[in-house]
Amino acid sequence: MTPVESLTGPHSRHPLEERPACRAPQPIVEIDRLSLYYGDKPAFQDVTLSINKGCMTALVGPSGCGKTSFLTCLNRLTDLIAGCRVSGQITINALDVLAPGINVIQLRRRIGMIFQKPNPFPLTIRRNLEFPLREHGIRDREQITQIIETTLRAVGLWDEVKDRLGSPALALSGGQQQRLCIARALALLPEVLLMDEPCSALDPLSSGVVEDLIVGLRGRYTILIVTHNLAQARRIADYAALFWVQNGAGRLIEAGTAKQIFENPRDPLTAAYVSGMRG
Amino acid sequence: MAETLSRPQNLREWLAFVLVWGAAGLVTAVFCWLLGDIVWHGIGHVSWTFLTAPPENAGRQGGIGPILASTSLILGVCLAVSLPIGIGTAVLLAEFTSDQSLFGRITRRSLDILAGVPSIVFGLFGNAFFCKMLGLGFSILSGGLTLACMVLPVLIRSTEEGFRAVPASYRLSAAALGLSRTTTLIHLLLPAAVPGLLVGLVLGVGRAIAETAALIFTSGYVDRMPESLLDSGRALSIHIFDLSMNVSGGDTNAYASALILVIMLLAINGTVSWLATYGLHRKIMTV
Repeated sequence: MTPVESLTGPHSRHPLEERPACRAPQPIVEIDRLSLYYGDKPAFQDVTLSINKGCMTALVGPSGCGKTSFLTCLNRLTDLIAGCRVSGQITINALDVLAPGINVIQLRRRIGMIFQKPNPFPLTIRRNLEFPLREHGIRDREQITQIIETTLRAVGLWDEVKDRLGSPALALSGGQQQRLCIARALALLPEVLLMDEPCSALDPLSSGVVEDLIVGLRGRYTILIVTHNLAQARRIADYAALFWVQNGAGRLIEAGTAKQIFENPRDPLTAAYVSGMRG
Repeated sequence: MAETLSRPQNLREWLAFVLVWGAAGLVTAVFCWLLGDIVWHGIGHVSWTFLTAPPENAGRQGGIGPILASTSLILGVCLAVSLPIGIGTAVLLAEFTSDQSLFGRITRRSLDILAGVPSIVFGLFGNAFFCKMLGLGFSILSGGLTLACMVLPVLIRSTEEGFRAVPASYRLSAAALGLSRTTTLIHLLLPAAVPGLLVGLVLGVGRAIAETAALIFTSGYVDRMPESLLDSGRALSIHIFDLSMNVSGGDTNAYASALILVIMLLAINGTVSWLATYGLHRKIMTV
């Protein structure tokens, strides 16, 4: 399939049709002994983890233990940071992510990312969604209009903005902006969604709306979500992984199903963290 | 306004009050006096004929038609050359060069030094390089190119600042959506950096249009209507200089020309800030 076909194909049906649910876990992302250094300073070291298809995996742990840095390795946003060095191996659907010659543009199309702070472009609501689509080869006006409507419906924003698609995206509320960003990512039909504390910069009400939206995406997308909010991780995740700082670098302490991590942790550190004694 | 400031409570506050308002008042007063003087002496001589007619009797009589034409052409050459080079260099410095790299440091330092070089030095350089070495002679082209050299450092640095003022999150979110650097640059960064570019443009054009020293040696002071860019042409500021320093009895026309120069400057500044506020709003919407 050419890149354009892989995008236009599914859209001709329904972009948000059922994806494989998290029933028969099957790894889609394999991370092997991944380390990241900013200059000489390690952000995290030796992380080995696999992410299952169609499941929601929560990365939890205290601030500064490398969770966000870990996410940015997966879509190679680390390339943008001067002096940043990554070692180890990441495979996503048989694609060697860290190989020097891969098409990074195409990789990032396949791996959507939602940031902590909503970051719509300073364009109109419509242009925010249309611009990336056009960049990835979808130019048919009718098709674009249709994708805009389906993705905005999927994030529950359609009824709120359908009459003002031409107004600035930055005039929306924080929660609406974050949902627009999620719609923008979904419009490109990513295989994996990375979410970096998507609710933490929002007020409690908007945060609840966005969390409900994320829960609604569970089973249809492979989601890797960083969160400080243990209660949230417990509510929404299928799997959980605990990061912690040891000897000045972030490390993966324990990973497993959310049920096991929260109810029956093996590592004493995990037990202390999930019970609220530490972190 | 004064109402919004609380009343001074003690001697020290009174002192600060007087000092701050005094300084502001002084600056405003000097500007008003200057402007008033020019308007008072010049307005009576400004007419359509004055704007279009050629100067007569060394400028004592007649108008400034050819001089306005030369000034516009010199400015046009200056902008046509400095805008593309300026934006290109600013993009290179802000987006493709790290702060620590040797190239970036040397370029920035050189530009900062160049921005402070007296214009007469640019004039002599332009004379030696464009007029003599490239054989362009005393011409509008030489003058415009010399002005471009003079304007570039300011234009580049302020456009670069414009790019740096664009939040890093635009670049990150664009990259995360798989947008290429070129697309990000053209569709997001460039429009968002326009305010910086316009500031540079106002500063640069202001410097260029009022320039005398750099032009005396490059575009010359022939006051005939120019027929091509290779003709010598007299810029407005040189005309004012000549009338007030070398031509006895040229004061009234010097005042009128100065008034036109001030009006041109205000018009350019006004257009640019209008562009910044309304003209580009369709492209970038910051609410």
